[in-house]
Formats: sequence, structure tokens, C-alpha cells
Amino acid sequence: MNPARKRTVRLVVALSAAVLLASALIYTSFNASSPALTPSQLLREAQPGRSYQLTGTVVKGSVRHDGGVLHFSVADRANGTDAVPVAYTGIVPDPFKEGREIIVTVQKQGAGYTGEQNSLITKCPSKYTVAPPSEKQNA
Amino acid sequence: MALLGHVCLVLALIVCGYGIAVSVYGARSGRAEFSLAGRRSVYALAGLLTAGMVLLEIAFVGNDFAFNAVADTSSRTTPLLYRLAALWSSQEGSLLLWAWLLSMWSSLVLFLTRKRLREVASYATAILLGFGGFFVGLMVFYANPFTTTNPVPAEGVGLDPLLRFPTMMIHPPMLYSGYTLCTIPLAFAMGALIARKVDGEWIAVVRRFALAAWLFLGMGILLGASWSFSELGWGGYWGWDAVENASLLPWLTGTAFLHSLMIQERRGMLKVWNVSLPLATGILAIMGTFMVRSGILDSIHAFGGATVGVPFLLLIAALLAGSIYLVVSRRAILASTHRLDSLLSREAIFLFNNLVLVGLAFVIFWGTWFPKISEALTGQAASVGPPWFDRYTVPLALILVLLSGIGPVIAWRRATPRGVLRNLLVPIAAALITLVVLIAAGVTQKPLAITMFCCAAFALGSVAQELWRGTRVRRGASGEAPPVALLALIRRNRRRYGGYIVHVGMAVLFVGVAASSSFQHVSQLRAFSPGQSTRVGAYTIHYVRPTAALTPHDDPTHTGSTLNVGAVLRVTKDGRYVTTLRPSEDFYESQEESQGSVGHLIGGQAVSSVGIDASLTRDIWSAIQPELETPRLKHIIEVGNKTIPFSRPDEGLFVIDFLAHEYLKHPPPAQFRLIVSPLIMWIWLGGLIVFAGGLLALSPSPGALRRRISRPASLELAREVKYRELRDLELDLATGKLSREDYEATNAALRLEALEILNQLESEPSTDASDPIDAPDHANPGSPASGRPNGRAGALPGLLEQDDGVSDEQDREEDSPAVEVALHE
Repeated sequence: MNPARKRTVRLVVALSAAVLLASALIYTSFNASSPALTPSQLLREAQPGRSYQLTGTVVKGSVRHDGGVLHFSVADRANGTDAVPVAYTGIVPDPFKEGREIIVTVQKQGAGYTGEQNSLITKCPSKYTVAPPSEKQNA
Repeated sequence: MALLGHVCLVLALIVCGYGIAVSVYGARSGRAEFSLAGRRSVYALAGLLTAGMVLLEIAFVGNDFAFNAVADTSSRTTPLLYRLAALWSSQEGSLLLWAWLLSMWSSLVLFLTRKRLREVASYATAILLGFGGFFVGLMVFYANPFTTTNPVPAEGVGLDPLLRFPTMMIHPPMLYSGYTLCTIPLAFAMGALIARKVDGEWIAVVRRFALAAWLFLGMGILLGASWSFSELGWGGYWGWDAVENASLLPWLTGTAFLHSLMIQERRGMLKVWNVSLPLATGILAIMGTFMVRSGILDSIHAFGGATVGVPFLLLIAALLAGSIYLVVSRRAILASTHRLDSLLSREAIFLFNNLVLVGLAFVIFWGTWFPKISEALTGQAASVGPPWFDRYTVPLALILVLLSGIGPVIAWRRATPRGVLRNLLVPIAAALITLVVLIAAGVTQKPLAITMFCCAAFALGSVAQELWRGTRVRRGASGEAPPVALLALIRRNRRRYGGYIVHVGMAVLFVGVAASSSFQHVSQLRAFSPGQSTRVGAYTIHYVRPTAALTPHDDPTHTGSTLNVGAVLRVTKDGRYVTTLRPSEDFYESQEESQGSVGHLIGGQAVSSVGIDASLTRDIWSAIQPELETPRLKHIIEVGNKTIPFSRPDEGLFVIDFLAHEYLKHPPPAQFRLIVSPLIMWIWLGGLIVFAGGLLALSPSPGALRRRISRPASLELAREVKYRELRDLELDLATGKLSREDYEATNAALRLEALEILNQLESEPSTDASDPIDAPDHANPGSPASGRPNGRAGALPGLLEQDDGVSDEQDREEDSPAVEVALHE
């Protein structure tokens, strides 16, 4: 085989390998992903047995410890009235508090939702909050 | 003061605009005074931003709550060191830090290149000032760190307790240094493309900064990982969080660039690739910054309510479009001067390593941005979790570690299969012995971890063999004692052996990652009371007694919490005492009056203080979440809230002290998380080794310093590279990587090329006759062309062997083959 032809063959082999790998990657990413929903969307769309990534704020007064199981409700960021009750076990991040924004992976079970173990993430709270414009005055 | 800061920023913006204009004009017109003015603008920018940093730090130290940045992120109760670090915890302050570091590093690179690459450096100056102007502009128009409030608040919010950890002092500046340094190769790559000067010279200039960027970024990432492990209450060091991934992406493409630039230096190949990688690295660094600033992806690191997303998107789009346009329009001058000689060559291994690294970067990029990709394609945001990342990154990491063992033992240009096999015997034996030992020790589950151990042994074996053979060759010539010979070998070849040391560090690090993730024991205890015991792995952990006390504020290491509640745990193994752990939780005060005069003192954030017993073989890790919401303790706070006014926090603290005593008297069961993780220490040790290797590769050789200012720079460079190639060839033969025939063929070709360069050098008139030219045979550098190119052909071998490299310690590190020629004989 002459060198030019050999290079072409190499290139084709390498490219097709890359394409194959990339398609596998893309396929599995769609397959393995869990949809990210807000509490109101979750209440409308949730099917039992599927994982969803729930993002919202912890409803004030909803946090209750029950023998290691953490119960709380999650509502939409913008004053939602639809609250999703979650029973969660596992690591609770330090900043977890009522009123904080959190992300947790849940599955529907009966009327309630079970949080996947150790899936709870809190968004950083006081760090980087922007003060309302009225409080700010330029120098 | 705030006004002064504001003026600094506006002036900085003007300086950026002015500097861009004069740099571009200087580059286009070739008038050096304009390029000089451009460079001085960068120094001026650095000066102005330094003033801005100092002003803001003064405000933080002096608790000047008129500044919004100070009031929002600091407070009187925040200890001094954390007040200093609070500057970069806010959106505005971190932008200032970014711009400041950018201006400092840019000044350094432009100072070092002040006599080289004039045209390319001028364009690079303009681009760096463009970045500077962008960030300063953001501060002026969107997030000004010098805004003030009137009336002045009496007290600030305080630094987020989670950030009160010593690493806060160095992790963000390290990471930002890495990010900002990533823009320097980008600027020079763009400059080289605009000026159409894509030969090896800009690469030689940029290499150190690419390496520094890589080193800072890597150390920043690792510091973040160790911070996460030793402060956050989850006991992990990596969570595939969007912002973590964002910092890893430029690091991966930077790693690829550091390898592929060697191919261009030596072989003139892969030029398109070599301009694309720094461009991609720089853009990924900006994208990482953008991700944190915009909160576009869910992450624990994201800034909430950020306002600077759109300008960042515009910048990234402009950078992408500019990069693609430049690479496409300059493709003709980016053609390779050589072809890949053989798939069995170091070039080919480097190429493969590049593909794996870029593939890894692509996987992580895809997974990180998947929520947005999926939203765009299906209208439904969805995310992939850590298992998805692991599925792809683990095999790729295995291949990388394996390649890091193969690369060093394969010769440049062409290696014979037999030679390669012979050189791989030791590494393969190391891997097999590891496998046998592991199986004999009963480690048979977790095949991926075992594969990683074997790959790491392979890589370590390969580097050990390299060091051993190099030392032997050197000893044969110099008769030095082995340690002396080894040190001299490393000292003279800092780039090469620095790189090998980095390989060692990475192998050690990956062993730590594989072992700790595959063989750790985790125990999550819901209700653990004093007197109880539990088993975690081979260890028995006994809850001896609770602790609870007001945090003493005269302790220099205190973080400003109000109350600390914890536990004393005794750890035993087979009945023998091992260690005592003291995990605790710090309770901070909050600003919410609704919690009451006493309740608010501990109603803020609660932050874990992890109890760790670290050792080379395993870490025992413990965290506690004490229960303060028992009826008894709640009652104390309620009574306190009713009887004590807000104006008397000292009495409030008295109640908290009473609460602590009550807690000790009747300790309620607490939640514990206990982890026994093997070889975690290896991750940090590996990181230190990588750091040392990186520093070694960064450190200039004594000879290189002398030669920095040289006549026709590109020719000098070509000569140095050719010398290095010749020298490596000798070493490859001496260490058995090359067959005699291959050596002789390549050697003849290289010598001809070297001769060609020397002849050209001779014919170039010197621009500065006083330059110290290193080679003794160039005693008359200013001499006119010899006009006898053929006549000198025979003189070359003698010329190269003329001076005795071994006795001549200080002089030449990587540049002349004389050392190894002499050694070989």
C-alpha cells in the first residue's frame, strides 16, 4: 500500500472510531439522564419508577427529622403553592435550611416522593446574593 | 476611597482601550515605539488594578461597611485572614481578582518577551488588554466592587461560614491564576496567526506559561478537592459538579497542548492542532469563569442572581468565531513540514495521548452542558449523574496512565518493534508483579481498580527504568556516585525529567483515586449515642462522650462561630487503640431577628468540622450532625428569647453556654457519617509530586538564561532544538530505545539539518555583536558568510563533540548534543 493511501485508511478508521464513540456517548447521555423539573412540573408529569431531578426551595416549616429520614417539601422558586413532599436519607449538606434552594433526585412512590440517597445538593446561599438595586448607590 | 477605586477602574478601562489601539497600530506599522507603548499599557493596567485591590482590601480589613462588597461578605466577627479572603467571595471582588491576576501575569509574559517576537507579542498585547478591558468593563458597568451604601450598616453579613477554611486563602487565587494564565497561550496563538508567524518561536515563548497555567490550574483543582474532603460533611473530593468540570476542561486540553507542542518543536508537525489547543484552552477557561458567574448550570459553586451572563456569552462567541476564522484563513501556512514516520514513535504516542485527552475533555464537556443540550434538543432539561461520567472517564484515565508509561520508552521518529518490546519488559513486569501480589493478597473484586493499579505500576516501572538507564549512562562517562549522577542527569534535563516526575505523580494520584473510590467503607449512623460502638471496615468506633462549648474567640484559628458541638470517638482495630477523632459542628449566628435574641446566635449556618486521622495507608474520616432541636434544648432557647433583649448578646451567649451544658448532661443521639478510605493520602502526595515535577520543568536552565537574548531568534531556536534532537537521539541509542541502523540513518539526517542551520546562522549578520553566544565554535559570531557550505560539512561532527560536556557542568542543559556524544564514547 502506498503511504498516501495508508494515511487515508488510517484517517477513515480513526474518524469512524471517533464517530462511533461519540454516538455511544450521546445515546447513553440521553438514556441515563434524569429530567430536571420544578415542583409544579413534577406534580403534573411524574411517573412512578422514574428518576427526576427536582429543583426548588425548601418550604418553611416543612423540615422534620424522623429517625434519620429527613422529610421536607419543595416548592417552586417563585412562590409556588405546589409543594412536593420528599422523604430523604443520606448526607445533608451543611447549608441545607428552610427557604434555601436545593436540587435533589427523587422518585415517585405512592403519594410521596423518595429522595435518592446522597443526591441532595444545596445551592450556595449567602455567597453571591445580589442586594436589591434600591439599596445600592454608586459612589 | 470608593471614589478612588472607581477612578482606578475607569482609568484602567481607558488604558486598555489606548493599549489595544497602539499595540495593533504598532504591529501593523512595524513601529516599535507603539508596541512599547502597548506593553507599557499592560504595566499601567497592572498598577491601577493593584491599587484597586489594595483599596478594597483596606476596606475589608478596616470593616468599612459603606462598601457593599464589604457589608455583603464580611463582618466584624469574621476573623482577619478571612476578611482578606472575603474579597474574592463576592461576584464583584472575584472579577477584580481575575482582572488583577490577568494584568500581573500578562505583564510578566510581556516583560520576558520584550526583546522577542515583536509583531506577535504586539497582537498578543492587544488581545490580553482586550480581556483586561472586558473584565474591567464588567466591573464598571455591571458589578462594581466599589459601590457604597448610605447610611452605613453597623455590621456586615459576614463571610459565608462554608468558606471559612484556610484553603479559601489560596484555592481561588490559584485557580484564577490558572484561568488567567490560560489566556496567555491563547493570546500568543492568535497573535502568531494574525501575524502569520506560526513557526516554533511563539511556542517556545508560550511553553512556560502554558506549563504554569497547567500547574496552577491543577493545583487549584486539587486544593479544591482536598477542601471538599476535609470540610464539607460528605467525605468526597470530586462530585462531577458543573464548576469542577469547568475547571478540569482547560486543564485537560492544556495537558494535551504541553505534549503536542513538543512535536511541533522537534518535527514541525501538527501546527493546526497546536494553535487550536491553546485557543480551545483559553476559551474553555473563559467558559469556566462564565459558568460560575452566570449560574447557567446548577452547581453548588454557582453565583445566584448573577447579571453578567450575556457579556460573557458575547465574548465566548467572539473568541470562537475569531479562532475558527484565524485557523481556517491561515491553514496554508499551518501545513506540517514532516509526516509521521511511524506509528511506533513517540510522536504517534503523543498524538494518541492528545486524542484521549481531547476525548476526555469532550465527554466531560458534553456531560456538563447536557442539561442545556437536552433542553435545546428536546425542550426538557435533564442531567446526567456521576455514574455516567465514570463510565467514560475511567477507561480513558486507564489508557492515559498506560500511555504515560509507554511514551518515555519509545524513541522519536521511529522505533523498532523489538526495541520497544525490550524497553517495555520492565514496565510490563512491574504491572504483572502488581497483579500477582494483589491477587495473592486477596484483592480480586473491583477489576477496574486492579487495572488501574497495574497501569500505574507500568508507568512507574517505565519512569524508574528511564532514570536507572540514564544514571547508568551518565555514570559510565563521569564515574560519579549513583545519587550524584541521578541528580546531575535530572538537573541537566529539567524538561524531560520534570515531565517524568509529573507522570510519577499522576500515577500515584490515580492509585489513590482508584483505591479510595473502590475500597472505601462508609457508615451512615442515624442515631448514635454516647457509649455505643459501631464497625466501619476493620475498625471499631466507639462514641466516648459528647463535646459542646462556646467557641473561644481569642483562638487565632477560630472561624467566628458561636457554638461548637461535637463528639469524641475512640477508634480501635482488633482491640488495639488506633486513634481518637473529634468531629464537630460549628453553629454560626444569623441576621434573622425572627429567630429571637438567643436563637439567632446559633440560627445561622451550621458547618461540619471533620475529624480525620490521616495516614499513608488509610484515612479514617468522621463527621457529626448533632441534634439541637430536642424539646429540652428548644425550651431553653425559647425562654432565653423571651427574657433577653437583642441589645444584650453577652447574656444571650450565657444562655447558649447553659444550653451547651444541658447538651452535655443529657446528650441526644446524633447523626454520624464515618468513612474508612484507603490511600486517600496518595492523591495529595501524587499532587505534590506533580507540583514538584512541574516546577522542575518550569525552572530555567542556567544556559538558557544566558542565551535568552539572541540574534536571529528563530534560527537560534532551530539550532537549539536540533541540538536537543541530536542529544536525545544519542540517549535513545545509549538506553537501547533505538537500533543501530535507525540511529545512524536519523543521525545523518539530523546532522545535515543542523549543518544547514549553522550555515544560515553564519551568514546572518549579527544585530548585537556583544551577545554571549554559548558555543565555543562560534567565537566569531559577527563574521560574514563563509561561502563554503560544503567545506564545513566534514567539520560538523567534530564541532559537535568539541567541548567536553561532563566537566562543563553549568553550561548547557538541553541544547547541545555534546554531553551525550561524549558520554556515549
